[in-house]
Amino acid sequence: MTPPVLHASFAKRFVGGPEIRADDLHLDAAGGVTVLFGPSGAGKTTILRCLAGLDTPDEGTIRFGDEVWFETSSSGGGRRGTKRVVPPQHRNLGFVPQDYALFPHLDVAANIAYGLRGLAPDERKSRAAEAIKWLGLDGLEARLPAELSGGQQQRVALARAVVRRPRLLLLDEPLSALDTPTRQRLRCGLRSLLLKLNVPSILVTHDRLEAAAFGDQLVVVDAGRVLQSGSASEVFHRPASVEVARVVGTDTVLACAVVGVADGLVTLAAGSARLTALAEALPPGAPRVHVCIRAEDVILTSDADVHASPRNRLRGIVRSLAAEGPLVRIELDCGFPLKALLTPQACAELKLRPGDPITAMIKAPQIHLI
Amino acid sequence: MTAEEWQFVGFSARMAVASTLLILPPGLALAWVLARRNWPGKALVETFVSLPIVLPPVVTGLVLLQLFGRRGFLGRWLHDAFGMDVVFTWKAVVLALGVMSFPLLVRAARTAMEEVSPALEQIARTLGAGEWRVFFTITLPLARRGVLAGALLAFARALGEFGATIMVAGNIPGRTTTLPVAIYERVQLGDDAGAWALAGLSLAIAFAALWFGERLQRRRR
Repeated sequence: MTPPVLHASFAKRFVGGPEIRADDLHLDAAGGVTVLFGPSGAGKTTILRCLAGLDTPDEGTIRFGDEVWFETSSSGGGRRGTKRVVPPQHRNLGFVPQDYALFPHLDVAANIAYGLRGLAPDERKSRAAEAIKWLGLDGLEARLPAELSGGQQQRVALARAVVRRPRLLLLDEPLSALDTPTRQRLRCGLRSLLLKLNVPSILVTHDRLEAAAFGDQLVVVDAGRVLQSGSASEVFHRPASVEVARVVGTDTVLACAVVGVADGLVTLAAGSARLTALAEALPPGAPRVHVCIRAEDVILTSDADVHASPRNRLRGIVRSLAAEGPLVRIELDCGFPLKALLTPQACAELKLRPGDPITAMIKAPQIHLI
Repeated sequence: MTAEEWQFVGFSARMAVASTLLILPPGLALAWVLARRNWPGKALVETFVSLPIVLPPVVTGLVLLQLFGRRGFLGRWLHDAFGMDVVFTWKAVVLALGVMSFPLLVRAARTAMEEVSPALEQIARTLGAGEWRVFFTITLPLARRGVLAGALLAFARALGEFGATIMVAGNIPGRTTTLPVAIYERVQLGDDAGAWALAGLSLAIAFAALWFGERLQRRRR
């Protein structure tokens, strides 16, 4: 196995504020996108800024390849350890901040070429031209940042960062400054661009859709701690803790008692209802577990006798319906509160109204236990 | 207009330009250090630099005379090391004008630099720029309007300086006499017409400087 290209473990304390810890954060050499995901104020940006060298941690190490970017040592008997810090200008990375921070007094071409100093003029010109073409900024070279749309500014910021061929790309909420339609349009574009670049990238977001869309690897951060890291689908489907489930927005999280285990299946008491899950999902030695059910895994039917495979059939009552983007979120009472997500068409076919009886079905493997 | 009057005008303008140019590098450096760094004794330095604004100029002149006089601490050293005598020469004029206008430049430049977003400077660093390049390509260009206003203010203050100048440079016509000093002398000698002629010239220079500054700022907006 190749060693990770980036390996960081550090802590930064804010005076009178929280402590941000990034424990055992690592990136593989492959040029994938790692998403730092968590609610606002979780410490994601601080972690990113420490990696970029714009903030200095209080302790820990940051290694990139065989370089040491940051290191504290408490040796020497002094009360405070000595710090070794490589300044940002010597880390050769690309940083795209949340508000893009384009240089307002320089035109697009000069913004993009800012980081190309030290190269031959020809090389500088061809690289800038390449980035301009690649990001579709042709014709905007002479504009000032104030004369660009949000989406264009984002692309200039990206071009400015990647034109130096950085070894690591850091993006802080790259889409949050955009309006919703632009954000949706650029989400796909940005991902394919990052993959084409083939540079290890770390992207910070608090948006679940973005996290799911971008992340090959997902690192869940909350309250200044790394809670879980793994593949995006693993983190979303198999949150390691109740906190992670809350952060990734698992729709139904419920404490249950284990009633019995038999034939590879486990029976759980969920409120007044019974649930069946795979026994292999059961964490060892826990009399009480948390059940996690994603709303999109809940199937609703008005026909209680339908012969279908799902192990769990729960009779319940519709409590409320609410539009959620293009879908409808339905809250049910099945002896415990359960949430489902349906298309408006499906809702119309089922003639769902609050107070109606309904049957909810959940396949046993889709019940995750913590 | 007599040749002597022209001499006063030319001399005063040259001295004011020289002192403004002279204080520009240390003034910008100090403004940056005040705007961007925290260090022990910062408040003390700030106060010290601003003193000439609140002190009677004559007192500032007296202090300079003590320091740079032949028996003064700095004056003796300059004389021994470089054979340079400052007081009652044009160098004393530049010195007095520089010290009196220094705080005006520093204050304006500092405010302007504080208004430049540190995020832009940080981004420049991630793009490989060291401190000098960040200063000259990001901080200074973005603060240029305030810096320019500060330099103009310093220039205008230098043109009008009287108290400190007469203390350290005296009134040696053709060698250290500036426009304000010449006006004062005319009045003392009862030459009101001459005083008014020079006053008119002062007004013209000040007006031209302000107009030029306005033009420069508007063009860059």
